[in-house]
Amino acid sequence: MSIRISVAICALLLGLPCAPALADDAALRTALEAARRDFEARGPAGLDRLDLDAVQTVCNRWANNPPSELQSLLQAEQLAAVKYPEGGNYLGDWKKGEALAQSGRGLTWSDGAKVATGGNCYNCHELASTELAYGTLGPSLARYGQRRGRSPDLLRYTWAKIYNAKASSLCSNMPRFGHSGALGEAQIRHIMAYLFDPQSPVNR
Amino acid sequence: MKPSSRKTGRRAQKLLRAGAAVAAALAVAGAGAGQPTAAETQAEIERYRAMLAEDNPAELYAARGEELWNTPRGPKQAALAGCDLGLGPGVVAGAYAQTPRWFADAGRVMDIEARLAWCMETLQGFSAADIAARPFGSEDHKSDMEALVAYVVTASRGYPIAPSQKLPQERAAYALGKSLFALRAGPYDFSCQTCHSQDGKRIRLQELPNLTRREDVRRAYTGWPAYRVSQGEFRTMQWRINDCFRQQRFPQPKYLSETVNALITYLAVEATGATYNGPAMKR
Repeated sequence: MSIRISVAICALLLGLPCAPALADDAALRTALEAARRDFEARGPAGLDRLDLDAVQTVCNRWANNPPSELQSLLQAEQLAAVKYPEGGNYLGDWKKGEALAQSGRGLTWSDGAKVATGGNCYNCHELASTELAYGTLGPSLARYGQRRGRSPDLLRYTWAKIYNAKASSLCSNMPRFGHSGALGEAQIRHIMAYLFDPQSPVNR
Repeated sequence: MKPSSRKTGRRAQKLLRAGAAVAAALAVAGAGAGQPTAAETQAEIERYRAMLAEDNPAELYAARGEELWNTPRGPKQAALAGCDLGLGPGVVAGAYAQTPRWFADAGRVMDIEARLAWCMETLQGFSAADIAARPFGSEDHKSDMEALVAYVVTASRGYPIAPSQKLPQERAAYALGKSLFALRAGPYDFSCQTCHSQDGKRIRLQELPNLTRREDVRRAYTGWPAYRVSQGEFRTMQWRINDCFRQQRFPQPKYLSETVNALITYLAVEATGATYNGPAMKR
């Protein structure tokens, strides 16, 4: 979605004062023009990665703090596009989930097309108490299932969070792993098991 | 060879052996189920530093860079003595600390690396394509540019970071860098800010400077360019920005492009006034 369209959404649908941010639009446009000129496709990283979708456009334009009406509108759109697993079968194999949580590989220009994309979980979150090399950009998920239980609502909420974090927090730092196609349904099921299975080191 | 270079040469074997040992230790520790703990990693680096006393392998790159600077090279068989890094032809001391800046002869804002490339093109007759072909070296393929940068930045140790913002083109480069820093895109919706806009955060065990805070920018910027122990190579700011974009899952920024120079300008201006203390030794 172009910046002009996002401004039109803001102006027409929501009647918000959009004029004061026009200078930001110019700066953003200049940055995008420079990026499109100065980046080149390499390996799996094509120039289409600079085509912004509605969420990126709006978060960029409002410095990650868009008007609440716009947030609600776009979050609802993102949530509506979440695909839940067949037959409500949320939980896979926690051991495979652990391998995915550990792996930060995939989607960079230096990764071959055959490199399996990891879940990147430990880059930003604390999970199993035995793994000390965890990042802190995201909240701690230690004892996730043990603390929260595994009610149907919680399973559904957690699935949606991994599938598309922007469905509940529009400009969240967390990638949209399912929405972007980085992780498939089977992989998300394994990561879910890593979070919820009582045998998983996350809960022991 | 000057006496100082000979002394540096003797240290070379010792330094590189020690560096390889630490890189191997880190790799082994990282290959197990768990990564090394922060304390283990830090201890390993401290051990390395102690082993080297005040020596930093960046010195070896700087010594090679000095030789490259003084040696007639390229199709025109010219040395870089006539290269104007901003303080006049051949003046190296303190020049890096005043970049990026506008260079009227080139008609663009350049960081130190873009300026060196300009001199290699105009004075020595190298082609831009040759210079951009392999800017980031490896063990098998040492980069002349990395060595030249090591030499030039080392000659700015102790100088205050002072990139010019007098001209509108220089201010435009800063503004562009600031906008690019916040630009979210790609499959993971990452921008530079995703990792570098909060205090005290880390990825795995790697601490992340908050580059929206001057104090952190100053600390980070005055240590770069740097010798990277885990890679066993000296790395420049062009490499630093390039590798951040790789991890952001962006396409690759062209070497010496306006985008990369603008981001370096943004960081340099934010670091203004801090004393250049690099090149540092980084994990």
